[in-house]
Amino acid sequence: MTNDTKWTVDRRKLLAGMAAVPAVGMAPGFGHAQATSEVNTTGLAVTDDKVTVGILHSVTGTMAISETGSVQAEKLAIDQINKSGGVLGRQIEYIQEDGASDWPTFAEKSRKLLVNDKVAAVFGCWTSASRKAVLPVFEQYNGMLYYPTFYEGLEQSKNVIYTGQEATQQIIAGIDWIVKEKNPKTFYLLGSDYIWPRTSNKIARKHIEKLGLEVQGEEYFPLEHTQFNSVINKLKLRKPDVIYAIIVGGSNVAFYKQLKAAGIDLSKQTLITISVTEDEILGIGGENIAGAYACMKYFQSLDNPNNEAFVSAFKEMWGQDIVIGDVTQAAYLGPWLWKLTVEKAGSFDIDKVAEASPGIEFTEAPEGYVRIHENHHLWSKTRVGKARLDGQYDVIYETAELMEPDPFPEGYQ
Amino acid sequence: MFEGYTATELGSIFALQGFAGLILFSVFLLMALGLAIIFGQMGVINMAHGEFMILGAYVTYLCSQVIGNYAPALFGVYFFIAMILAFFASASLGAVVEWTLIRHLYKRPLDTLLATWGLSLILQQVYRSVFGAREVGVNLPQWMLGAYRVTDLIEIPINGLFVMCLTVLITIAVGILMFRSRWGQQVRAVMQNRVMAGAVGINTARVDQMTFAIGCGVAGVAGSAFTMIGSTGPTAGQLYIVDTFLVVVFGGAGSLLGTVASAFTIAQAQSTMEFFLSGSMAKVLTLLTVVGILMLRPQGLFQIKVRR
Amino acid sequence: MPERIAFLHRKDVIGILILAALLLVVFPLTLDSFRLNLVGKYLTYAFVAIGLVLCWGKAGILSLGQGIFFGLGGYCMAMFLKLEASSPENTAIQTTPGIPDFMDWNQVTELPWFWEPFHSLGFSLIAVILVPVIFASIIGMAMFKRRVGGVYFAIITQAIAAILTILIVGQQGYIGGINGITDLRTLKGWDIRTDDAKFLLYFVCCFLLLGSIVLSFFVQDTKLGRILVAIRDKEDRVRFSGYDVSNYKIFVFCFAAALAAVGGAMFTLQVGFMSPSFVGIVPSIEMVIFCAVGGRLSILGAVYGALLVNFAKTALSENFPELWLFAMGALFIGVVMLFPNGLAGLWSAYVAPRIDQVLGATRRRNAITPIDPAATPGE
Repeated sequence: MTNDTKWTVDRRKLLAGMAAVPAVGMAPGFGHAQATSEVNTTGLAVTDDKVTVGILHSVTGTMAISETGSVQAEKLAIDQINKSGGVLGRQIEYIQEDGASDWPTFAEKSRKLLVNDKVAAVFGCWTSASRKAVLPVFEQYNGMLYYPTFYEGLEQSKNVIYTGQEATQQIIAGIDWIVKEKNPKTFYLLGSDYIWPRTSNKIARKHIEKLGLEVQGEEYFPLEHTQFNSVINKLKLRKPDVIYAIIVGGSNVAFYKQLKAAGIDLSKQTLITISVTEDEILGIGGENIAGAYACMKYFQSLDNPNNEAFVSAFKEMWGQDIVIGDVTQAAYLGPWLWKLTVEKAGSFDIDKVAEASPGIEFTEAPEGYVRIHENHHLWSKTRVGKARLDGQYDVIYETAELMEPDPFPEGYQ
Repeated sequence: MFEGYTATELGSIFALQGFAGLILFSVFLLMALGLAIIFGQMGVINMAHGEFMILGAYVTYLCSQVIGNYAPALFGVYFFIAMILAFFASASLGAVVEWTLIRHLYKRPLDTLLATWGLSLILQQVYRSVFGAREVGVNLPQWMLGAYRVTDLIEIPINGLFVMCLTVLITIAVGILMFRSRWGQQVRAVMQNRVMAGAVGINTARVDQMTFAIGCGVAGVAGSAFTMIGSTGPTAGQLYIVDTFLVVVFGGAGSLLGTVASAFTIAQAQSTMEFFLSGSMAKVLTLLTVVGILMLRPQGLFQIKVRR
Repeated sequence: MPERIAFLHRKDVIGILILAALLLVVFPLTLDSFRLNLVGKYLTYAFVAIGLVLCWGKAGILSLGQGIFFGLGGYCMAMFLKLEASSPENTAIQTTPGIPDFMDWNQVTELPWFWEPFHSLGFSLIAVILVPVIFASIIGMAMFKRRVGGVYFAIITQAIAAILTILIVGQQGYIGGINGITDLRTLKGWDIRTDDAKFLLYFVCCFLLLGSIVLSFFVQDTKLGRILVAIRDKEDRVRFSGYDVSNYKIFVFCFAAALAAVGGAMFTLQVGFMSPSFVGIVPSIEMVIFCAVGGRLSILGAVYGALLVNFAKTALSENFPELWLFAMGALFIGVVMLFPNGLAGLWSAYVAPRIDQVLGATRRRNAITPIDPAATPGE
C-alpha cells in the first residue's frame, strides 16, 4: 500500500499540470516492474512494458448519446495513469470496440476482447441489457468488467466491479431527504418502460409506503415516447406533492419541455429524478428543467480539489464546452480502481484482482472517496442537486455517511 | 378515478385533455404531411423522412446559436427565420436526393425503401460526426415558453398552440398547392398517369423533383417545430417513422383529406387511452387498433379512385 | 452429370456443393473458434435471407417483419433453455427457487402457464416452428385474403414488429423485458457455452441451413413456386386463371417465417441469449438487406449476402467503428442502384458467362476427344 500513497502525491501534481507534464518524472516508485511471468500467469495481454485493456461502449446507434461521455472519461483516466507511470510499470494500451447499441454485438465484442485480444480488464457497457448480455461471457472466460452506470441492482458477480450506484443507494437517501425537507404526502411515479425504472420505482414505492405516505400513481412509457400531454394532465388533476420521474433518453427532452409548456413550474412543483445528469440537460435545455431535484452520487459542480482537477483535465482533453454527468465520473473511476487493485494484488491475474478488490480505496475520486465493498459495488455518498438555468446542478445535500451498496435489498423486492 | 373532484375540475381536465389530443393531432399531421406528399402522391417509401425532419431541427439549432450570439436583438423571432431556412435546407437536400437516387427507382417502389433506409443511416452518421453524438438543446425565445393561463386549472401550452397554428397554415398551404395551383394540377396528373401527362407537355421529371423536394421541405419545417416539444439528436428521426407511415397509410395514401382525418383519429384515440391507461399499453392498443382496422379496410379511411 | 437431379439443376447442385465445402471444410479449418462462432451467428441470418428470397424475390411480398419470426423462434428456444438453467438447485438464492431469475426480480412467484410446456424439449422444438407459423398465418390470412399487398404489407408488418417490441419490453416479469432471456447454459445437461459445444452447434447450423436450401430449391421448382412468380408479375391474371392467390401467398409467407424461426432458434443456441432487439424494425430491415445484397432472386446468393454483409459489418466496426454506418448506408444504396440483383446478379452477368465459355470450350473439346466425364471439375 505504500505505492498508493506515493502515487497519490504524484497524481495531485500531475492533475494540476496535466498538459505541462510530459512522460518524464514517472514516479520512481513504479520502476520496480516485476517479471511478466510473475504478474501474469494466465496468458493475458501483458508484456514487460505494456498491458492491454478493452473499452466497450456504443459509439453508434441510439445509446451513443449517453455512452460517449464514458468513453471519454475512460480514455482520460488511462492517459493519466500512463503519464503517472502506468500499472506495475506497464503502460496501458486500449482496444476500443463499438457495441453499436445492440446487445448481441456487445456479447460478440466482449468475447473478442477476452478470447482474441486477451485483455486484462474491460471498461464498458452502459445499459442493463448490454451488461446482461456480456455477463455470461465474462464469467465463462473469466474477464474483469468495470461497469459505470447507476443501475437496478439484483446482480453481483466476481467478474464485475460496479462503479455506479445500485438502486437503493440512489433512491432511499433521496426520498428521505425530500420527505424531511418538503414534508410531502403524495407521490406520483413515472418511468420509461424497462427494467431499471420499474425496479427503481418499486424500491421507491416500498420506501414511500414504509414512511406512511401515499403513491398516487405509477406509469410507464415506451422508450423513445415523445408525447406526454395526457400524463401531464393527469398530474394536474391529481396534484401530487412530489413527481418522481425516471424517464430516460430522448423521452426526457420531450417530457421536460412539455411539462414546462403545460405551465407546471418546477420551482413550485417538486420533481425529483434519478435519470437526468448534466449530459441529458444539454438536450433538455436548462430553462426547461431548472428547479428540479436530481439524486445521484456525482455532480459536475461538486466542490472539492479532486473534482476541480478532474473537471479541468477532462475539459483540457475533450473541449471546454463539455459537461460531465454522474456516469461519466463513474466511468473515470474504473481504470483507476483497476490500477489500484492490480498494484495491491501485485498481479494482473483476474482471480487475484477480483480477490483483492474488496477494500480498495480511491481517495482521489472526483466524487470524494469511494471504497469497493465485498459485493463488488462501491461505498459512496448520495447527493441531491437542484437544476440551475445554466444546465448545472447546485449540490444542496449530501449524506453524512457513505451509503452501503445493497444489490439485493431485503424488504424492497 | 374521478371521485372527489368538483365538476369544474373535471370540466377543466376534459378541456385540457381535448386540447392535448388536438396538439397530438397537429404533431401527427405535421410529420405526416411531408410523407403524404412523397409517399401518398409519388409512391416513394421514404424511410429517411425522419432524418429530413432532424435536418430541420439541426438547422433550427444552428440558427438559435448564430442568432443568439451575433444578433441577439432578433432572437425573439429567430424561430420564423429558422423554419424558413429549415424548409429550404431539407428541400434542397431532397432535390439532390431525388436527382441522384429516387428518380432511378420510380418503377421499383419497394427498392426506394431500401435506398432511403441506407440514406437514413448515412445521414445519421453525418449528424453524429458534425454535431456530436449527444443531443443538442435548442433555446427558445422567452415568449414561446410556458403556458397561457385561461383559468386556474386550464393552462394552454404556448408551444402547443404554435404547433397547431403552424399545422393549420401548412395544411392549407399544401392543400392550395395541390388542388388550386397549376403545379398541383400537374403533380396530380403525373401521379395518375405519367405517360399521358408527359404526352400533354408536362415536364414529368421536373414535377417529380419539385414534389419530392417540397415533401422533404415540409418535413424540415416539422422537424424545426418539433424542437419545441421533443429531442434533437442524431437518431431522433427514427422515433417518428412508424407513426408517420401509419398515419399516411391509415388515411389512405394519396388522399390529403384522409391524412388529416387519420391523424385526428389516431391522435384522439391515443391521447384518450393514455389518460385512462398507462402510456405503454395505450401505445400498443392504438397501434393494434390501427393495424386491425387496416386489415379490415386495407385502402385506408379515404381512397382516391384511380384508373390503373 | 445429368442436366437435372430430381428438382435441382446441375448448376444448383454445384453451387450447393461449393457452399457446403466452404461451410463444412474451409471455414472450420481456417478460422479460430471465436470467428467460427461468429460465422455460425451470421448463418442464422442466412435462414431469414433464404426465406426472403422466396417471399420477396419470388413472390413479391416484402415483409419488414421477419425479425418477429426470428425472435419468436429464438424466444421459444430460449424459454426451454432458461427453464433448464433455472433448476431449483441453480436458483437456490432466489425468493422462489426454480423460476427464471428475472421473474424472481419482478415478484412473479409462480411460473406463468405459458411457460409450463417449455419444460419439454420436444414441445419447445415444435413450438419453435409452430408458434411463428401460426402467427404468420394469422397475419397472412388477415392481409392476403383482403388483398393487402406491396407497400402496405411492408408497412403493416413493420408496425406489428414495433408493437411486439413494445409489448415484450413492457412484460419483463414474464418474458424478461428489454434484457431478454439471458444466461442460458445447458441443453439437456450439455453445456452449450464451451468451445466444443459451439463447434458442434456450428455444424448443426450448417446442416440445417443446407437442408433449408435444398427444401427451398424444391419449393421453388414445384408448380407452386412457378405460380408464386406468376403472382409477383401479374397477380390479377393468376387470379382470373382460377387460382386462389391468397393461399399461395399465405403459404410462402409462413414458409419464410418458419425458416426465420429456425434461424432464431439456432441463434439462441449459439449466442446464448435472445432479446427484443431482434424483433424490432431495424434488424428486420437489415435482414432484408442481407437478401438484397446476395441477390433477391437467388437462394444461394442470399446466404453469401448474409455472410458478406456481416463480415463487412464486423470488420468495419472493429477497425473504423465510426465509419461503419456510412459503409452500410452506401451498401444499401449501391445494391439498389447499381446491381439490383445483388451478388447473384453480378455473378450471372459477369462471372458465369466466362465460366461457361471455359466449360463450353472443354465441352466442345470433349466432343472431339472423349475424356472420362467424371474427371471434369465439379461433377
